[in-house]
Amino acid sequence: MTLETFLQNVLNAMQWGSFLALIAVGYSLVYGVLLLINFAHGDIFMVGAYLGYFIGTLLLNQFNIQLPFDLPAWVIIPVTILLSMALTALLGVTIERIAYRPLRRRGAHRLYLVITALMIGLELEYLNLALLGPRDRQFPTLFERQVFNFGGLSMTNVKLLVILLSFLVMGLLWFIVQKTKWGMAMRAISYDRLAVPLMGISVDNVIVITFILGSSMAALAGVMYGTAYPILSFDMGLLVGWQAFIAAVVGGIGSIRGAMVGGYILGFTQIFVAAYGTSTYRDLIAFSLLLLILAIRPTGIFGVARRTKV
Amino acid sequence: MKRNSKRLAIALLIGFIILITIVPSWLGIYNDYRQLILILIGINIILAVSLNLINGYMGEFSVGHAAFMGVGAYIASILSVYLVTESTVFGPARLPEGWSILVFPLVLIIGGIIAALFSLIVAIPSFRTRGDYLAIITLAANFIFKSLVENMDKIGGPRGFMGMGKVTRAMESTVDLPWVMLWTFIVALLTVYVVRNFVSSIFGKGIVAVRDDEIAAELMTVNTRRVKVVTFMLGCGLAGIAGGLHAHAIGYINPSSYFIMQSVNIMVMVYLGGMSSISGSVISAIGFTILLEFLRPLELYRWVVTPLLLILLMMFRPSGIMGSRELTDFFPALRKIFGTTDETFEEKLTHVSASD
Repeated sequence: MTLETFLQNVLNAMQWGSFLALIAVGYSLVYGVLLLINFAHGDIFMVGAYLGYFIGTLLLNQFNIQLPFDLPAWVIIPVTILLSMALTALLGVTIERIAYRPLRRRGAHRLYLVITALMIGLELEYLNLALLGPRDRQFPTLFERQVFNFGGLSMTNVKLLVILLSFLVMGLLWFIVQKTKWGMAMRAISYDRLAVPLMGISVDNVIVITFILGSSMAALAGVMYGTAYPILSFDMGLLVGWQAFIAAVVGGIGSIRGAMVGGYILGFTQIFVAAYGTSTYRDLIAFSLLLLILAIRPTGIFGVARRTKV
Repeated sequence: MKRNSKRLAIALLIGFIILITIVPSWLGIYNDYRQLILILIGINIILAVSLNLINGYMGEFSVGHAAFMGVGAYIASILSVYLVTESTVFGPARLPEGWSILVFPLVLIIGGIIAALFSLIVAIPSFRTRGDYLAIITLAANFIFKSLVENMDKIGGPRGFMGMGKVTRAMESTVDLPWVMLWTFIVALLTVYVVRNFVSSIFGKGIVAVRDDEIAAELMTVNTRRVKVVTFMLGCGLAGIAGGLHAHAIGYINPSSYFIMQSVNIMVMVYLGGMSSISGSVISAIGFTILLEFLRPLELYRWVVTPLLLILLMMFRPSGIMGSRELTDFFPALRKIFGTTDETFEEKLTHVSASD
């Protein structure tokens, strides 16, 4: 492998890892606050991508419905991203409100919450299949793909945007979690969930904020995924979302830093194994890595073991 | 007195199986469709009862039952096609046609054993810790199985594998009996019998103890790790046998038919029937199979119904139809025939805390 192809693969891995990290953060945020593996998160990512597809196509006037105005590209891109983030956040909060909260209030066994989460994910997926049909969708071209060349190393503006935007957003998330009041409340809940309501913090509000953050980041990943790989299918939540979930487990579920690092670790592993010629085994590698991590260090890289007191 | 009535019960059940399988098919009451539905009911009973052992009695959360079923299906189909039929993949038959009757139960058992061994790979890392790890790993098992099979081009990869129809035809032309259906019901009966005896044995009481309080169980000398691994392997092995039956009943298998949706279907049956209730699982397996057939005209919306059913179940009646009760708790007279103890439900409650 020459240096050029190596660097090329590093770039590809950065892009793929960014998607995984953005989605993985959502899994970890919810786990940290609710101790619930939100199995529906992968499908929330899928909904985000589809919302981006609908909004983008509508704004580009490529649907049958014609808008009375034409928007320039520099307006369409942020509007598509922000609108689908907002709507997906709404979906996340709705799911929390109608499915998880009643169970939590009743003090149901955690198992029931996990089953509900898994079923909500499948429900979203199969509703998509039933309503939109099994046909794959072509994500609209929000902006022209340009190729830059740096001495043999070619780089598209899409790739650059994905990587930079992911870093920016994850930095923002880092700031929210570490420096704001709400972030402090989130960390407090995962540190000691009994003491937090005693301090006058509304746990429900914190949970809502968590779902807003996680879902909107999944939507961002969805729109950018659509831009980078413009074919959307109803089971993408299962296929991509699951790999992100593995990334979260590898990094240590519940830890935001772990989710970010785990995303890039998995991204690099998959891209480099694929580069050495066995691309059909990509999923298998991801899941074998999962088995390996759980066998060696079940709490993941940054996870802390919870001790059970007798 | 009690032992005699039990023998009578077993004889009656075997007689019943012969009555509902062999006699109607000789009379020609069963067309292929009705026969398939009956086989599917039997297979679903095996799957639901065996998953109930893991998710209900043991209180773990396995989401990958279909993967183990798929392993059994592939192993059994490959072996039976390899041994008794001529196929484009494996060439001429290794054994004469008449042997198929003997080969069939044998490959089912081998399929079950391999599925149990596959489950061991899953069980070893996940039972080190408690919590959601089994859910994570069994979900991964779905993907690992699908990905593995799709990468094996020799056995069809994503296109699937066929030729089991020839095996069943070979069996039927040797001795004219509905063999697959017969074996399905025998295995279903054996599953119910084995699981019922397993959970009421001393070893099996350890499972319930692990579910209720793992640390207390360990202090009471239950070897929790061993109990969990053995139970998991038993459940998955039974699923593997069910897979072998399913493959031979359908005649065509592909990796997608043993993916997450199938796992979910089995889970729906378990939670619908009630965790730690064998008769609940049997009832819901029968009901759910028939329900799915009635929903067939809905086409794609059929797949929306199953998860929704489970969501509503979790919201409004998480204990399912039967809770942790058995049919014998409602009809005490049956206890004479089926019961392992003479405990009533109220007495049992003092031993086993409700799973809710």
